[in-house]
Amino acid sequence: MMKQLIHATVAFMLLSLQADAQSRFFTKTGRIKFDATVPKSPEAIAGVNNAVICVMDTKNGNIQFSAVMKSFEFKAALMEEHFNENYVESNKFPKAEFRGSVTNNNTVDYAKDGSYKVKVKGNLTMHGETKEVETDGEIIVRGEILEAKATFTAALSDYKVKVPQLVADKVSQTAKIIVECSLQPLK
Amino acid sequence: MKKLLIPIIILLYALLPPTAVAQQNEDLLSLIGDDAKVKKEFVKYAFKSPRVINGHSMEFLAPGTMDFRILHRFGEINQGFQNFFGLDQASMRMGFDFGITRNLMAGIGRSTYKKELDAFVKYAPLMQSTGSKPFPVTVALVAGMTANTLPWADATIENYFSSRLAYYYQIIIGRKFNESFTLQLAPTMVHNNLVPLSSQPNDVFALGFGGRFKLSKRIAFTWDYFHLMNGIQQDVNTHPLSLGIDIETGGHVFQLHLSNAVGMNERAFVTETTGRWDKGQLRFGFNLSRVFQIKKRAEKI
Repeated sequence: MMKQLIHATVAFMLLSLQADAQSRFFTKTGRIKFDATVPKSPEAIAGVNNAVICVMDTKNGNIQFSAVMKSFEFKAALMEEHFNENYVESNKFPKAEFRGSVTNNNTVDYAKDGSYKVKVKGNLTMHGETKEVETDGEIIVRGEILEAKATFTAALSDYKVKVPQLVADKVSQTAKIIVECSLQPLK
Repeated sequence: MKKLLIPIIILLYALLPPTAVAQQNEDLLSLIGDDAKVKKEFVKYAFKSPRVINGHSMEFLAPGTMDFRILHRFGEINQGFQNFFGLDQASMRMGFDFGITRNLMAGIGRSTYKKELDAFVKYAPLMQSTGSKPFPVTVALVAGMTANTLPWADATIENYFSSRLAYYYQIIIGRKFNESFTLQLAPTMVHNNLVPLSSQPNDVFALGFGGRFKLSKRIAFTWDYFHLMNGIQQDVNTHPLSLGIDIETGGHVFQLHLSNAVGMNERAFVTETTGRWDKGQLRFGFNLSRVFQIKKRAEKI
């Protein structure tokens, strides 16, 4: 009787572990675009990172992103240099991270294909500063694939990113950030 | 003993927090291997510009960009107010440098001093990098030539075009030690096909020391010194030393400096620097650099 109980307990624990594993999704090729263009900008001030790491646990809605700042690519090499050297200081602060969760996770049926409107809330850390971010997003369930999309704005001053006076009218004080990740099951 | 087991299991369950709560703060990102630390990454931005002040730096232009450079060297400051501290007399060089690949660039220029044309190729077989298979320094090779286009000094004798030419070769060994400090050594050889005096050597060897110390994100202190190993003639020429400030304004890099050199190509400033720091024979000068993207980058945005 005692042995059976122990077996049952162990089996139950193993089962719950396995369930955890299947509830997790990830990508290493997520995409984050940011745009700080204003009408007076001489060219689009925008960069894109196609190597964003994103991991999501559908069981509790936890979602985390990590982006290497040096992986942002720009149309002009000089803009990339300025971005890394002067604005985000990517040697000092190599990564941006978001750790948060889908607050209405229970409204998403991960077993059923479809598009679900979600609210995401969490902490965005960039340039050594952490700020709470809340945004509307979308999760699209397509078979084994989850697509996570969101667009939000971040004020550069919140992250102590300074725009020099000389170009203050050519660079937006708020960056529009567009996130697109296609997540696969994490095995 | 057996009777104790059930309470122990129950106790364990009670003590262990519910899994869902435990996972609220779970580090999901740690479940994914971090490729960023393994990847080889070349160290960039050792200098703001591919030139320290006069000499080449270990830095390369990004592929597909062109650096339009306007250089000015004024008269000696000790000339006083009459010549507005030398600003009345300007010597200039206009140059176009091109970034071809990550480790290859080339450029052309023309100086008013001796109406000289110059051209160079700079290639780095080794570059400072971090990550997997890191390398501590950048090694860059420079080969250049200059052509003096002044009228012949003596047109009555037979003159050869080759007499107008000079060549220079340089090995730059540089390291960006940290965000603010970069240092490089540059053994240099200049060959003049024709020298004005028979006492002057055709081949001059010099050891260059260049560096940068960043004072802020956009301002850096720079120095550029070439120690001549031979070819110094008393009261004729000396070692060129330049001290400067790099200011990056968003689109331009201004390199303001004080120097005893007037020449703006390797032949001119290595072998024909006449001013002396100890006699106050200094000149104010500036380099203005503007980088243009001339080749469109792959559309990923």
